[in-house]
Amino acid sequence: MSLLSVEDLHVAFTTYGRTTEVLGGVSLEVPAARQVALVGESGSGKSVTMKAIMGLLPPAARITRGRILFDGDDLLTMRERDRLRLRGTAMSMVFQDPMSSLNPVWTVADQLSTILKYADRRLGRARDRRGRMARVHEVLAQVRMREPERVAASYPVQLSGGMRQRVLIAMALLSEPRLLIADEPGTALDVTTQAQILKLLKDLVTERQLALLMITHNLGVVRETCAYTYVMHRGAIVEEGETAAIFAAPREDYTRELIAAVPRLTGRDAA
Amino acid sequence: MSDLDLREPAALSNAWQNWYRFSRNPTAVIGALIVLVAVALAVLAPWIVPYPADAGAVVDFQHRHLPPSWEHWFGTDNTGRDNFTRSIYGLRVSLALAGVVLVIAVPVGTVLGILAGYFGGWTEIVIMRLTDIALAIPPLVVALAVAAVLEPTLLNSMLALASLWWTWHARLVYSVTRQIRAQEYIEAAETLGASKLHILFREILPNVISPVAVKTSLDAGFVILIGAALSYLGLGVRPPTPDLGTMVANGANFLPDYWWESMLPATVILVLALGFNLLGDGLRDLFDVEDVR
Amino acid sequence: MEFAAFLARRLAWSVLVLVGLSIVIFTIARVMPGDPARMALGPRASVEQVEQLKSELGLDRPFVEQYLSYVSGLVRGDLGKSLLTRRSVSDDMRASFPATLELVLVTILFAFAVGVPLGVIAANWKDRWPDNAVRGVAIFSAVMPAFFIALLLQVLAGYVLQILPTTGRLPRGIDFTASPTGMLLVDSLVRGRPDVFLEALRHLLLPALALSLATMGQVARITRASMIDVSRQDYIEAARAFGIPERLRLFKYQLRPAFVPPLTIAGLEFASLIGNAFVVELIFSFDGMAAYGVRAIQQKDLNAIMGVVMVSGVFFVLVNLAIDLAVGLVDPRVRIRGARA
Repeated sequence: MSLLSVEDLHVAFTTYGRTTEVLGGVSLEVPAARQVALVGESGSGKSVTMKAIMGLLPPAARITRGRILFDGDDLLTMRERDRLRLRGTAMSMVFQDPMSSLNPVWTVADQLSTILKYADRRLGRARDRRGRMARVHEVLAQVRMREPERVAASYPVQLSGGMRQRVLIAMALLSEPRLLIADEPGTALDVTTQAQILKLLKDLVTERQLALLMITHNLGVVRETCAYTYVMHRGAIVEEGETAAIFAAPREDYTRELIAAVPRLTGRDAA
Repeated sequence: MSDLDLREPAALSNAWQNWYRFSRNPTAVIGALIVLVAVALAVLAPWIVPYPADAGAVVDFQHRHLPPSWEHWFGTDNTGRDNFTRSIYGLRVSLALAGVVLVIAVPVGTVLGILAGYFGGWTEIVIMRLTDIALAIPPLVVALAVAAVLEPTLLNSMLALASLWWTWHARLVYSVTRQIRAQEYIEAAETLGASKLHILFREILPNVISPVAVKTSLDAGFVILIGAALSYLGLGVRPPTPDLGTMVANGANFLPDYWWESMLPATVILVLALGFNLLGDGLRDLFDVEDVR
Repeated sequence: MEFAAFLARRLAWSVLVLVGLSIVIFTIARVMPGDPARMALGPRASVEQVEQLKSELGLDRPFVEQYLSYVSGLVRGDLGKSLLTRRSVSDDMRASFPATLELVLVTILFAFAVGVPLGVIAANWKDRWPDNAVRGVAIFSAVMPAFFIALLLQVLAGYVLQILPTTGRLPRGIDFTASPTGMLLVDSLVRGRPDVFLEALRHLLLPALALSLATMGQVARITRASMIDVSRQDYIEAARAFGIPERLRLFKYQLRPAFVPPLTIAGLEFASLIGNAFVVELIFSFDGMAAYGVRAIQQKDLNAIMGVVMVSGVFFVLVNLAIDLAVGLVDPRVRIRGARA
């Protein structure tokens, strides 16, 4: 049984009195300890899918049909309290933009330890201040920060883009999640830093046996990290399969176009 | 017949579109109405007020301190003059004050702001330092100071205010100009050899107009309030010319018994300032301008 | 540290501004028509007496010399002698300014203590009735002339309801001289007179309320706009995604980044606050700088007027400096990069 299972999800948005269906029956599965990609251009609905899973849809959106199962339980029919217990803990998200996803006026330590404090409370775990700080440093070390204490005491403005992205990953790892949802990881960074971040993600996920759902528009990113890929277009899944197989023999025209759109370097990365 | 059916709908001009959006905003429309009514009343004052003579020095001790009634909508003051008439005439003074101050301050401030923002260098430094100094002085205090050293007339107070007020506009226009200047289409125009004048007038000025219009409208309200405060302190027009602030000051002596003598003119001031404020807010929403205060 | 450099630059700017201010005021005062010495002595004084006073006050010396002597006096804290009372203007100022200072400080406190929460509420319930209520009240309070509110309050609270005093800083029966700071609230506590403290507070309430209403409205509006801007930022969504409880998110995560614009506005508002304080002080017979200033104006007491203007200017500049410091404290981006974010 998959850790995360989205079944026939339909989402509609209502703006200015008009209702449009944005997701028309999306189904995907993320098995435990496996890495899955959800690929599509902007406007394909991949962000909506992600927000629906995390429970972050804006008020104008409504889920009209479908189920989202985490560990067998339907998130959509759960009690709010139970759903909150999962959010940020068992199911965690790595945000996209390191420049804007960290609160600029609080230190990294403050933000991470606050998140940890309330996650602990939701899980019924007791940890004192020193224990929280220890965990914060531990997690920062896990994302390959060379001086975890210094980084923790810093403000986001003092850190580079790559370091901030690592902090975002650390944020997601705080409560030992089983599923990581990565939203366009590294898109906001330069290519070299992005490659480092992706490698870090891959290593973390493999070491800890985490399930990963990677949302991206960049197929090139997917090849290195995810074994299975879903291709999304206009609110529906148009193709799915083993990543290597999709690259080798895409069935749909749209997929072909997506693959063709990936900039190619000569040599190792040329298909 | 079929030709008529295939006729394309007429494209709405920009002015129409703006009017449409503006009229959808209820508070903005209220503000505009207030301003229009006030201006109309002020302009038509001599012909529409019930007791035109009361705008001058009339004494009618039989009818002093009368409460509001059908004959005297705002009641009468301590020498028997009709307050409503005097309030309408006072409107003229307030609007004239706002007009004079802004007619001086806005163009001066706008021009200096554009020059400082576009040319930079020494022009910018000198102009901006001047505005810094002017901003450090509370407008009321300077008006008081000027009133002290010169004759305490309304004209002098207006000039004093205007001499400070241009700085706010200069700052606003300066920052807008800098933003525009940094954009690429200015560089394009310069590369193509457009003359400096052309750039200033055809490229920068039109973009500056919206924030300036918003601020001018808001400012009108504030100038009126400060003007009222000045006349309250006795630095306004010489009696017996009617003036709203002076009326409030005089009426304040008879609180709380003859409350209408100060409260009603004060309400007129309030409504007038409110009108300009709402209008300014409406314009701000319409032009989608952010940083104007 | 870059922030120290930033503050140093602001300090230098402040000094420059004050110098410019002093030049402007001095020029106006000396260039205008009329003879201050004559005005001080009245029309019946003889020409010799007028000339004597002129040379006593240094009015016959060249302009630049007069200015330099004035400035050197300023630096020493000497604001010259009042043309009328012949007392040192600084002494007069020291007697009257603290009252105004106290009033203005309490006013700012009011404005923030009420304005900020209102702005937060309006932003959080955007476009629903609390928002519309707050915005309506804010607009109204921003346009009401301070003297209108003052008069209204005086009538309502003072005469009609009779619950608060309407004149002066202390009731007539109490004997207490304000020292060492000149501010009643501080001095009464320092010298252990809680009864005086309470009375002073009661007398401050109405004037401070009248003064603060306009600023309160502005602060509420700016806080609202700022909170809405911040709420659209990614880090707020991230806080929600990680289960930070609503109240904490609102007050800790959202408010602090949003706090800078209201602070900045408060600094700018000070200019009009000082102006309005004049009117309010007069209405409530509050013995501050306003009464002194208005008398000086009526009597054309030049040195006193200049003293009032200079003190107001210095005050305004100091307040803005303090605001810059506060902004640096609130927002680490300003502190670290040394720029006004």
